[in-house]
Amino acid sequence: MIRELKSTKFGKYGGQFVPEVLMPALEELIEQYEKYKDDPVFNEELNYYLKDFAGRPSPLYHAKRLSKEYGVKIYLKREDLVHGGAHKINNTLGQALLARYMGKKRIIAETGAGQHGTACAMAGAAFGIKTEVYMGAKDTVRQRMNVLRMELMGTKVIPVKGGSQTLKDAINEAMRDWVANVETTHYLIGSVVGPHPFPTIVRDFQSVIGKEVRTQIMEKEGRFPDSIVACTGGGSNAMGIFHPFIEEDVDLFAVEAGGSGMKVTDKEALHSATLCTGEDGVLHGMRTKVLQNKYGQILESSSIAAGLDYAGVGPELAYLADIGRLKPCNSMDAEALDAFNDLCMLEGIIPALESSHAVAYVKKAATSGDLGDVVVINLSGRGDKDLETVMGLRK
Amino acid sequence: MRISDKFSELKRKKEGALIAYICAGDPSPDATKEYVTALVRGGADIIELGLPFSDPTADGPTIQAGIERALNGGMNPDIYFRTVTSLKMHIPLVVMTYYNIIFKRGLEKFVKDCAASGISGIIVPDLPPEESGELAGFCKKNDVDLIFLVAPTTTDDRLKRILDEGKGFIYLVARLGVTGVRADVAASTRDIIKRVKTTTPKAVGFGISSGKQAAEIIQAGADGVIVGSAFVDIIASGKDVPARLEVLAKELKEAIS
Ligand SMILES: Cc1ncc(COP(=O)(O)O)c(C=O)c1O
Repeated sequence: MIRELKSTKFGKYGGQFVPEVLMPALEELIEQYEKYKDDPVFNEELNYYLKDFAGRPSPLYHAKRLSKEYGVKIYLKREDLVHGGAHKINNTLGQALLARYMGKKRIIAETGAGQHGTACAMAGAAFGIKTEVYMGAKDTVRQRMNVLRMELMGTKVIPVKGGSQTLKDAINEAMRDWVANVETTHYLIGSVVGPHPFPTIVRDFQSVIGKEVRTQIMEKEGRFPDSIVACTGGGSNAMGIFHPFIEEDVDLFAVEAGGSGMKVTDKEALHSATLCTGEDGVLHGMRTKVLQNKYGQILESSSIAAGLDYAGVGPELAYLADIGRLKPCNSMDAEALDAFNDLCMLEGIIPALESSHAVAYVKKAATSGDLGDVVVINLSGRGDKDLETVMGLRK
Repeated sequence: MRISDKFSELKRKKEGALIAYICAGDPSPDATKEYVTALVRGGADIIELGLPFSDPTADGPTIQAGIERALNGGMNPDIYFRTVTSLKMHIPLVVMTYYNIIFKRGLEKFVKDCAASGISGIIVPDLPPEESGELAGFCKKNDVDLIFLVAPTTTDDRLKRILDEGKGFIYLVARLGVTGVRADVAASTRDIIKRVKTTTPKAVGFGISSGKQAAEIIQAGADGVIVGSAFVDIIASGKDVPARLEVLAKELKEAIS
């Protein structure tokens, strides 16, 4: 399952479906990443920032009251506690540092929930690299707090008015910018998506999550968990916690957004459950499972959680789903809100709506026995950014 | 008509090729026939007819808007091939679309539909040679040219591979960035025309809108110019469209004849 960087594919998925203009930049990125990924100086600097700037390692917390309520022993991997309030910083520190080593003067990124954009803004400011973030106009409204945070740290937020005005369109626009400015700019992709080598690079930088869990769960349980559950938009927090366990006897659950139902029209899906229902296709430089109509037009996806609202998914997850190594599943908007409340009331933790999908799945599946006795949930982020959404729905 | 035959004919006549792009179905499937006819009347040598995709990452705002109008107007691949068949073109027509549209239809079926409807070539902006093997195979079998792009960033190694594999004509991307109208001819455009040495015809696109620019590009050594956004702008205005498409095509064609 461990694969050389030289191979651009995960089974039939992945690849490099990009304009010719970008191919040399991808080749350069592969070369430079090869050069630095095991370089002691690079890694020492990255580890320093992960520890002293981002606050790693994040705790693995035994959620006793939630465990009792749901009927299974639950550990939460507390990515909500790292700097910025989500796992996104693991990737942005890694890639921004790489960009600096590569001599790039500018970083661009897309963002959905604004968490990746915020994490880019942090890394950009900390390393002194000019940062600009594309964000769907609809998302700039529903995640306003993150727009303000980015701007405070000197990042320019560019609202994208085309298409569905969400993450997919922000990626389109960031790719167009990269095509025009590829010689000076690094495109800091926020999830395990896009053309090779991005899915591999992002997974590697996020794997710090799973590596920490390996040590922490050994200390607490003396064994690996029976299952690991992570919410899945593009799939970076999922691959980050799954990857170090791929070769182990641990069941992996990728929980997608079931939105308000599995209904699909010619133009839109009421959900974002790409691994569960998507079809083989090519989007944003990668071959993967995609929500699309019979002509190959990409559907507008939907979810209460902006960070899960995406019509594609990382190619490695599509591959792992096909070979049966991970189980795709989903939680609906209402179930996620319910789990959000549980975590608030029982544990004093306000989770991100994205992460709440993972918690909701554990609530549903715990009594079936499918999850075993000990479950680790990747609590990918905190929910401060979602308060307006949640309070709005309560009214 | 084969693309290579068209370029040979123009070479004999000492003319540059005008390759005119519009998006099929912009703003409605019915309009396309009228607009293509106007471009041909104005002197277009090859028609590049876009088949719209929902997420056109290589296109700038002008063509994005055209694609959106086309999709809203109901254009889809079935209607596209029917429209092209009904055009009964006597000059080459090439389809420009994104890979997922081809992939979803099935590579072989797509290429066969092209051949059956009289399409001479296929341009796929998000398909570099690395990923094109299978499609190229079907194109070869069905006598349809798979046209590749060369960018200012293309390295010498890559250039060699593209020139080996490219059929019909080589599409030179005039500058970094997406499609859209620009006023000048960039130094990078002249560089790339000089750098690309091949017997396959070379056509330059991205940013060309005036006869003056077109003439400069042909003088710099290109065999053709590709003009898109300037035509799509006219369609967007909705005013006097066929007449103005014809006038612009005429201006461009005269400048390179
Ligand atoms: C807290 C949180 N979790 C999960 C995600 C989904 O992304 P991914 O699937 O790449 O982890 C996001 C994306 O913005 C997020 O902010």
